[in-house]
Amino acid sequence: MTKVVLPELGESINKATISYWYFQEGEKVQEKDDLVELTTDKATFNLPSPCSGALREIFFREGETANIGEVLAIIEEA
Amino acid sequence: MEFSIFDLGLTNFKDSWSLQRDIFNRVQNGKLSSALLLCQHYPVITLGRSAKKKNILISEEKLKYLGIPVYEIERGGDVTYHGPGQVIAYPIFNLQLFKKDIHLFLRQLEEVAINLLAEFKIEARRNPGYTGVWVDCPKNNGNHRSGLNKIASIGIAIRNWITFHGISINIQKSDLERFNLIKPCGLDIEVTSIESILGNTIEVTSVKEKLAQTFKTFFRMSFSPQQGGYA
Repeated sequence: MTKVVLPELGESINKATISYWYFQEGEKVQEKDDLVELTTDKATFNLPSPCSGALREIFFREGETANIGEVLAIIEEA
Repeated sequence: MEFSIFDLGLTNFKDSWSLQRDIFNRVQNGKLSSALLLCQHYPVITLGRSAKKKNILISEEKLKYLGIPVYEIERGGDVTYHGPGQVIAYPIFNLQLFKKDIHLFLRQLEEVAINLLAEFKIEARRNPGYTGVWVDCPKNNGNHRSGLNKIASIGIAIRNWITFHGISINIQKSDLERFNLIKPCGLDIEVTSIESILGNTIEVTSVKEKLAQTFKTFFRMSFSPQQGGYA
């Protein structure tokens, strides 16, 4: 099980909003695939998948806001 | 820090969008270190990721009649309008070579625009919480209303710490009335332009050259690794 964590995005940033999941729960993902798109201020950015496997669980839905360091999803490694 | 500058001239949004992606790939593959695209656009409305369609205030038919296409794009922010009287800069910068800080980069784009406007003796500023560049306009001079007016808008996308999309700066007053077609950035705001403030005619190309220089000066001074990074 690998946790997908919202990483550091800059000094003054403590949260970001989930704008788009590229995959749904249960789907297979490859390492470095774009997994989720997030938004902060007037910028969007991507979070690539840290490993290959199945996207087991998503903890934040599109439109929800997560804090830096929080677990966004769990991937079960292939 | 070196970056290549591409001047696309007056171009339609769709072409510049695909060129951005081509150049993004070249930066990602290490074929270019970073790049700056400069252009003006034929009239177009773009919707960022936070955009609500109700912020376009006229019907699809009317937009078709006016020949103004609408694109939903991957940048941050709400709705905006672009036209030939603006200069647009799309910095395709690899932030891994600068500093991996999203908000810092937004503040830096604001600072580039503020520095550019200072060359025209226009005192522009940030408006905390409202990304973009703003000017306090003391009176209604027929070109804009009094109060805090927006002169430059920002919306970017970052993928693998490489930036694209960017900043547009209003130069000619002829474009401003087209902002009435939308609720810019989803806010009840007034917009202004360099011409509206100065009261004379300004060529877009001259501003574009100054903008390229401002980018060069700002990012080289602030980021040149020989100088120890961003101060």
